[in-house]
Amino acid sequence: MATETHAADAAQGASAPGMPQLDFSNWGNQIFWLMITLIVIYFVLSRIALPRIAAVLAERQGTISNDIATAEELKAKAVDAEAAYNQALADARIEAQRIIAEAKAEIKADLAQATADADAQIAVKAAEGEKKIAEIRAGALEAVQAVAADTAAEIVAAMGGKADEKAIGSAVADRMKG
Amino acid sequence: MEGQLAHIGAGLAAIGSGAAAIGVGNVAGNYLAGALRNPSAAASQTATLFIGIAFAEALGIFSFLVALLLMFAV
Amino acid sequence: MATEAHGAEGGGLVFHPMDQFIVKPLFGGDAIGLFTITNVTLWMGIAIVAIVALMVLGTARRATIPNRTQSVAELAYVFVYKMVEDVAGKDAVGFFPYVMTLFMFIVFANFLGLLPMSFTTTSHFAVTVVLAMLVFLTVTIVGFAKNGAKFLGLFWVKSAPLPLRPVLAIIELISYFVRPVSHSIRLAGNVMAGHAVIKVFAGFAAIATISPVSVLAITAMYGLEVLVAFIQAYVFTILTCVYLKDALHPSH
Repeated sequence: MATETHAADAAQGASAPGMPQLDFSNWGNQIFWLMITLIVIYFVLSRIALPRIAAVLAERQGTISNDIATAEELKAKAVDAEAAYNQALADARIEAQRIIAEAKAEIKADLAQATADADAQIAVKAAEGEKKIAEIRAGALEAVQAVAADTAAEIVAAMGGKADEKAIGSAVADRMKG
Repeated sequence: MEGQLAHIGAGLAAIGSGAAAIGVGNVAGNYLAGALRNPSAAASQTATLFIGIAFAEALGIFSFLVALLLMFAV
Repeated sequence: MATEAHGAEGGGLVFHPMDQFIVKPLFGGDAIGLFTITNVTLWMGIAIVAIVALMVLGTARRATIPNRTQSVAELAYVFVYKMVEDVAGKDAVGFFPYVMTLFMFIVFANFLGLLPMSFTTTSHFAVTVVLAMLVFLTVTIVGFAKNGAKFLGLFWVKSAPLPLRPVLAIIELISYFVRPVSHSIRLAGNVMAGHAVIKVFAGFAAIATISPVSVLAITAMYGLEVLVAFIQAYVFTILTCVYLKDALHPSH
């Protein structure tokens, strides 16, 4: 091993010291290959890799912000829908109250109408009844007067007298008033 | 004889590596002390930490290089 | 001389911590010319394949909901992009592919180097010096191209008192030119040190009595090295961003 190395050292020339880094005879070679390597890497990176990664990163950023925007939009929509629902609910409540009030008013009016009709009918019936009663009463008085006058005339005739109709009539009328 | 003196010199030069270790320890330790006092500012100073460590270490590497030169190239 | 050191150890313990970094031609021969295909070529090629597999094939589906590979690719993209944006500023985004190239290469070279029997390209100064010099030249050229002579304001510290400013200018100038040195040596040194230490512990494993300790130590070091492999790539990239910020906004 040791001899091998020394042989290699010797082959590399007398200037080769123990440190391979300070063997200036191969610097040209290393620098040549290094420059080629760097140029290749530079072109591969700047022409292909870096624009591609930049595009991917930008696209991802775009996708993320798009998604966030969509989510915001959906959230706004949900808020709108909730507001619309609440509005509809409030409207329905107001409508219901209006209908209830209307129905109440209608019923009240109907009731009043019916009460008034009934009152009027009752009044008419009562008046009719009173009239009939008055008629009946008047009829009865007349009949009683006629019967009384007839009876008085008969009685007078049976007692042998001759009765003046007029006198009898007035006498009956007087009695009936008293 | 000369070669042996060179080896002694290499050993002396290697002391420099220890000195660089002290320097690096100083930088890192002070960074840690500062970071524990104000952790929110620590993240922004890691680059400075590494630059400081690099500068401190470079001088130790120089002494290491001198040691290598004395060992192999003199 | 290294040969003497190796020779002196002789029989029992044999340490060759640096042998793993030797550059060898893959297809026979000993001479390494400019275009020779070596293990450096092999492992850089593997790094390219791995990066293409992750960043191109992994994202081929372009899925909005990513699978694991695509997640990792996106993670790397966002990680580096944020770093450029936060540290270097919004107007530095044009440099993002460049910074990403550096980061991906370093991180993959580091991690591939952690595979057993592999070769770590980023442990070589030849590689890291070129990387650091690329950053240094970019920063300097961009600084002067964008700000003209105002870029020199980086060295002329307005907040300091006037007599001190020339001195500070010299210090700033030196620190500016030391940047590529420390930038490159930090990366290569860290990676090399970790691998060498693992190799040294592996050498101790030859002695039966301490081999359990040695194996445990290798495991612990390996864990640390995984961390270091990432952190050094991170540090290299973030320092690049810091320097770019200096180039774009030179005022202190």
